[in-house]
Amino acid sequence: MRARLLPHPLLTVLLAIVWCLLVNEIKLGTVVFGLILGLLIPIITAAYWPDRPPVGRPIKLLSYLLIVLWDILVANVAVAMIVLFKSNKNMRPNWVVVPLDLCTPEAITMLAGTITLTPGTVSADLSDDGKALLVHALDAEDPDAVRDEIKQRYERRLKEIFE
Amino acid sequence: MILMALNFAFGAVALSQLLAMLRLVKGPNTGDRILALDTMVINAIAMIILLGIRLGTQVYFESAMIIAMLGFVSTVAIARFVLRGDIIE
Amino acid sequence: MISLSDLGIISEIIISALLVIGAFFVLVGSIGLLKLDNAMSRLHAPTKATTLGVGALLMASMTYAFATRDGSMHEILVMAFLFATAPISGNFIAKANMHRLRGKKDLPPPPDDHVWGTYSDT
Repeated sequence: MRARLLPHPLLTVLLAIVWCLLVNEIKLGTVVFGLILGLLIPIITAAYWPDRPPVGRPIKLLSYLLIVLWDILVANVAVAMIVLFKSNKNMRPNWVVVPLDLCTPEAITMLAGTITLTPGTVSADLSDDGKALLVHALDAEDPDAVRDEIKQRYERRLKEIFE
Repeated sequence: MILMALNFAFGAVALSQLLAMLRLVKGPNTGDRILALDTMVINAIAMIILLGIRLGTQVYFESAMIIAMLGFVSTVAIARFVLRGDIIE
Repeated sequence: MISLSDLGIISEIIISALLVIGAFFVLVGSIGLLKLDNAMSRLHAPTKATTLGVGALLMASMTYAFATRDGSMHEILVMAFLFATAPISGNFIAKANMHRLRGKKDLPPPPDDHVWGTYSDT
């Protein structure tokens, strides 16, 4: 019963928040209409995501997002320095192959998005069996170090959240 | 002070729009041109936000939002066209 | 138009700093786009520097709205949208670049005799 009326509680909250932000004011009417949208849209679209994995630990997800935001800030400055002060000759662009322990598509998507947003690395492609990720690094002497850092810092945490 | 910072920001964003346009003209291949167009869309969003602060109105935010959405969809559409020769299969 | 008299000195400093930081990162993104010399390296500068740059500009706008009027929050929406879509468009452009690199030697193959998704036929 609960699963049919409220198939996706997080999405309900998110839709209500997005509606309030779009209207750009918090009044009783806005919140109520946002909640109505948040209740109706998941029910209508529930058929389109049958095998959605449950997010096991929302708090861990939040702390993961904070870590990623911090990394974006720090690494952005690093990349800005590389772009401004390093000549093209001294740069070592490199391909890195990251073997994956994650299985669910959602977790892999999160990992690829994280890799792209943290400067210095861009995720380019997934192998056809979904077991390895191709990453391009802007300035890496040692591809193995980049791979180990990605596995240590992000993949381990994502594995705790999703699996 | 804000006025000075705003003028600096206008200049920097306009300059970066020009640099991105240079890359769009130079190429040399399709991926670079798509990337240049994507960068120009983001710079245009930055410009609209600055204009919103300068004129002190809220009306520009809807257009910034719409340009962000259109820019994303068109980038994906062009990249997909390059990859598959077709946008909707 | 901006009326400067009704802003406190602290919020003025914060807004100015955010504006300068944001403009700087937007500019660095475009400089990187023009300066770097191979297609995959060029992908790095704009996809990120511009995201942070526009993020800082949006923060400035939000702070300004809170300092002068009764505040506004929909900048957060634009920011969230940009942060969510930047990796996806970056990934698509990377795939378009890989399409051109097909069969080149410098691309490492994935382990266990598989191929990268862009090159597989299915």
